[in-house]
Amino acid sequence: MLEREGALAFWLLAPTLALLTLFIAYPFVRGVWLSVTNSVVGVPGDFVGMKNFTKIFDDSIFRTAALNTFIYTAVTTVFKLALGLWLALLLNRSFRGKSWVRAFILLPFIIPTVLSTLAWKWMFDPTFSVFNWLFWKLSIINSRINWLGDPELAMSSVMIVNVWRGVPFYAISLLAGLQTINPDLHEAAAIDGANRFQRFWHVTWPLLLPVTMVVVLFSIIQTFADFQLVYVLTGGGPANATHLFATYAYQIGIGTGLLSEGAAISLAMFPALLLVVVFQLWYIRRVENR
Amino acid sequence: MIEGARWKKWLWFYLPMGLFILGLLFPFYWMLVTTVRPDGEMYRPWNHPLYSPFWTTHPTFDHIKNLLYETLFNRWMWNTMFIAMVATLISLFCGVIAGYALARLRFKWAGFLGTGIFVTYLVPQTLLFIPLADIIREYHIGDTPWALILTYPTFLIPFCTWLMMGYFKAIPKELEECARIDGAARWQAMVYIIFPIAVPGILSAGIFAFTLSWNEFIYALVFLSSPEQKTVPVGVVSELIRGDVFFWGPLMAGALIGSVPVAIVYSFFVEHYVAGMTGSVKG
Repeated sequence: MLEREGALAFWLLAPTLALLTLFIAYPFVRGVWLSVTNSVVGVPGDFVGMKNFTKIFDDSIFRTAALNTFIYTAVTTVFKLALGLWLALLLNRSFRGKSWVRAFILLPFIIPTVLSTLAWKWMFDPTFSVFNWLFWKLSIINSRINWLGDPELAMSSVMIVNVWRGVPFYAISLLAGLQTINPDLHEAAAIDGANRFQRFWHVTWPLLLPVTMVVVLFSIIQTFADFQLVYVLTGGGPANATHLFATYAYQIGIGTGLLSEGAAISLAMFPALLLVVVFQLWYIRRVENR
Repeated sequence: MIEGARWKKWLWFYLPMGLFILGLLFPFYWMLVTTVRPDGEMYRPWNHPLYSPFWTTHPTFDHIKNLLYETLFNRWMWNTMFIAMVATLISLFCGVIAGYALARLRFKWAGFLGTGIFVTYLVPQTLLFIPLADIIREYHIGDTPWALILTYPTFLIPFCTWLMMGYFKAIPKELEECARIDGAARWQAMVYIIFPIAVPGILSAGIFAFTLSWNEFIYALVFLSSPEQKTVPVGVVSELIRGDVFFWGPLMAGALIGSVPVAIVYSFFVEHYVAGMTGSVKG
């Protein structure tokens, strides 16, 4: 029986499909249902239509969280791409100890995020901050910088940590892309008189674009849905200045037990995520068909 | 590379490279120094004349002892290890066979299912954690390791499947066809011929899945509640911080030691890890 490809394929895919249906598809449907009821923890609740959504859109903290999420994603993505690409180009040259450098550089990405973020929280401590000490010694500041406690500054501090964690991922992924580019192309361009910048812009960049796109889109999704950094560094504070969709959904849905409202806040991420995924699928198909 | 003047190389290569390395690794050094720094020295304000950031004159193991003997840290390590291993094994099993089916077999819906699995790979945990918490409660697996062992595969399987598909596609079809001409059944060819060749891919997927499980935070935070059930990331954050009081010594010791298993696995299999990571984004 297993000689028939259809039957074999069915059995091979069955466990995967079962798990994904049970813990992705079903929760998604369930989440949509939750968001149109008035459930709280332990109480199923009744259908209330779009009430939760109209409520959150009137909520100024939600609007701040939404705006924060978009700014957070946009700003960190630009920095991660720029720095990651720069680092990838540096790593693509041959030098002594290259494999060591490459291995160590990836540490921020592989060490559990929450744990390394704790180290950042300690470095950002208002009283004991090593950065304050450094800037003070360099005569840049006289009074302390309150990295995470100042509502104006807290978001930037969180962004710094996100960029720190993301740069190695960009760099190593882009490096893998760079290594597939045939060096002969560069040589040919150099012989034709192209300078360093021209060679990058007309040879490297176009060939690297497919990898770059996939890395960027993947990273946008992760950053947009980020939770851990904000949860550990500020918990959404000070004065709700650093909430993202996910942290605010957690605070409302789990913290205060308003399941329906929390589910609605989470689902508010969905349209933007869907757009990125659709774009990514379209882009991959286009590259494959070329 | 075209050689320029020596100072140019310093300016455009060594200097930026050095800054990158310093910036990326400094937090880990800081973790290490804090772990062995006595409390009296640690709690000196930034503008204290004796603030000595980069070394400590009286290293101590007090924080590590405190962490190991007076908290549930050991328990959290075992919990995390168990959950990460089982979730990884389940995901590898599912991902390898599903990847084979999608890469090699011709059947209706193959393209559709492949895309479907890829899309679930992109679903972030934060989108579904609230309804999932509800479901976990309903199945009565809340506050047990099974809450995580069964949900972690949702983000591990799609990745394993995707990575394995790439590997299987690269193995020439002729190998399988030879085995089948010699009388092997389809599944025999798969298990005895193709899977052994795919071992490097399986290893990459496994290592990456293990580190992802070790790293996972929000599901563990939401689905587990009693201190002795927690995983390392959640335990360190929720049990070592009491209200507004941060015990930075044990906290940094926990962060450091909690990272060790991942760092060990990583150090042994850097190449596989990088292959897994870059494979996962290249598709």
